[in-house]
Amino acid sequence: MPFRHAIAGTTHVFADLRTLLARATPFRSGDALAGVAATSAAERVAAQRALADLPLKHFLNETVIPYEADDVTRLIQDSHDAAAFAPVSHLTVGGFRDWLLAAEPEALAPLRRGLTPEMVAAVSKIMRISDLIAVAQKCRVVTRFRNTIGLPGTLSIRLQPNHPTDDLRGVAASTLDGLLMGAGDAVIGVNPATDNIEQVLGLLTMLDEVRTRFDIPTQSCVLCHVTTALLAMERGAPVDLVFQSIGGTQGVNESFGVTQALLREAEDAALSLKRGTLGEDVMYFETGQGSALSAEAHHGVDQQTIEARAYGVARAFAPLLVNSVVGFIGPEYLFDGKQIIRAGLEDHFCGKLLGLPMGVDICYTNHAEADQDDMDTLLTSLGVAGVTYIMGVPGADDVMLAYQSTSFHDGLYARAALGKTPAPEFAAWLERMGIGPGEAIPASMAPALIGLT
Amino acid sequence: MSITKWSDLRRFTQARVGLGRSGNAVPTGAHLDFQEAHAAARDAVWSALDVEALRAELGPVPVLHSEAADRKTYLLRPDLGRRLRATDRDSLPRTGGTVIVVADGLCASGVQRQAAAMVRALNAGWPVVIVEQARVAIGDDIGEAMGAEAVVVLIGERPGLSAQDSMGIYLTWQPRRGRTDAERNCISNVRPEGISLQDAAAKVHWLLRGARALGATGVALKDDMTSAPLLR
Repeated sequence: MPFRHAIAGTTHVFADLRTLLARATPFRSGDALAGVAATSAAERVAAQRALADLPLKHFLNETVIPYEADDVTRLIQDSHDAAAFAPVSHLTVGGFRDWLLAAEPEALAPLRRGLTPEMVAAVSKIMRISDLIAVAQKCRVVTRFRNTIGLPGTLSIRLQPNHPTDDLRGVAASTLDGLLMGAGDAVIGVNPATDNIEQVLGLLTMLDEVRTRFDIPTQSCVLCHVTTALLAMERGAPVDLVFQSIGGTQGVNESFGVTQALLREAEDAALSLKRGTLGEDVMYFETGQGSALSAEAHHGVDQQTIEARAYGVARAFAPLLVNSVVGFIGPEYLFDGKQIIRAGLEDHFCGKLLGLPMGVDICYTNHAEADQDDMDTLLTSLGVAGVTYIMGVPGADDVMLAYQSTSFHDGLYARAALGKTPAPEFAAWLERMGIGPGEAIPASMAPALIGLT
Repeated sequence: MSITKWSDLRRFTQARVGLGRSGNAVPTGAHLDFQEAHAAARDAVWSALDVEALRAELGPVPVLHSEAADRKTYLLRPDLGRRLRATDRDSLPRTGGTVIVVADGLCASGVQRQAAAMVRALNAGWPVVIVEQARVAIGDDIGEAMGAEAVVVLIGERPGLSAQDSMGIYLTWQPRRGRTDAERNCISNVRPEGISLQDAAAKVHWLLRGARALGATGVALKDDMTSAPLLR
């Protein structure tokens, strides 16, 4: 059934739900690349008005990708909770925006399983940045493994100590640098330069030794492919969290070499190790707008709606951490700082509303039209929105992945400017170890203790 | 010698560790070092491949072009960068075997400096082609047109602040249009401060032997090369 809306005597027609959602999306290069973007500002606002008038119930009857063709659609439709949906089931998308902005924080969590990713994506398309911040700020998502992540007033940091050749001492030096600046409460998570199993085992062992040597209440992760993590667990490696990149269609997940069943197998394997002390949230997912188009698995759906569907996959598990790598995928999907900033806030909003412990890799590549000022703006906005965690990279320069993310310094800035603290167990550890603003390394954190001599 | 000063951590990594603090921010010197590196990386994205200099080293190899006409189009239309221009497709010889594709990618300087030496390090006599404004998947079109059983794409990697000369190597078994990235194996960060040409060449040969035995590249082909050349 087509949708239509008239503006200034011109009737704009949108053939189906996926087209309506795509045309209503604020402009970004990836939707233009996919050929689904609105072709004029008038067409976009017409789509936004038609979308605002659409009952939320419609999303239960029309899918953006056919049920038979896609296992993410099946997951979303089959897991919808009608009882949880009841408080908003009478609303249109536009009415839902008003409802969210006026809602008490306590009203949001019970709603999660009643919302589909497409509903959440739809309402975000008619929201301004201040709306995305105000509603996300009201969402509370708390997860646990060896510490407590996501409590109000906290901002956690993933310590990302990457090295171009996975040199163990190089990784250890960056890890120590980050710990000394208060990073690492979300996870100490290294992207390996290759998926070589021996390298992965070496990194896992070293990170676990650093954690136990300093008795840090946190978790480590080597961000290898899920099949490599399974292999590492078979070999008895100390795997805290299982990482995987995921997307919002069956096809993009296939391009990543994963299925929902494989993710379940990995989650079960990590749970069987019983390494968490405070909780059992063992999964770590990364997502990002544009991955489905990159894999030519987008089915004519706009990239932001597909990104929200990836959160539908993530919440079928019990992740400790989920983050969008918003500016990483490149200018063909998010061209400049303006597009990256909006996308980062959309991703955080959608993930939080769906109940995920949402962090953001606030980042850009050198072929995008973006710079440090854009990242500072996004960081500050996300901090106000209550982002669960951000990345911490030495000097903002990832020397392995060749892109810029937030630095350990940026984490300190955001916590200070917004009055945030690390996860409570980690904050207590920092104090116990004498880690503060000083220029000297406390004796308790001497590099020699982890073999840096 | 024991490490006492925070800045001594720089001995272990080229990452920007031990920068010091001005309040919570990076001190002025380190801040401007960063800005200078970003400027260099931005300029590197727009550097072009010097094809004639490459052919002086590689010999009179074919020079091909993707469907992306220029750099701006290339950056905004990765689909065009993945496709070989139709006229080039028809001009290629059917060599079979393994084919080496030298591609500019997101930063030409990495392959400009290293591609010829990499071909020598591989020491296999495989046919070589050069292709401009190219993405990794263009190797599928080229390999398919040449009837190759495998394609080895040497491609300039996205420039970082600390490395503007990095080359990636992608292996695809039975290349043909429509292969996904999960069907490839990748060796990245090939550069003087990263993975050496010799180690990369050894790994290419090792992976190709595995691909031949398995009949596939990608996630099915696990990189469990034991005497890991990366451990030094």
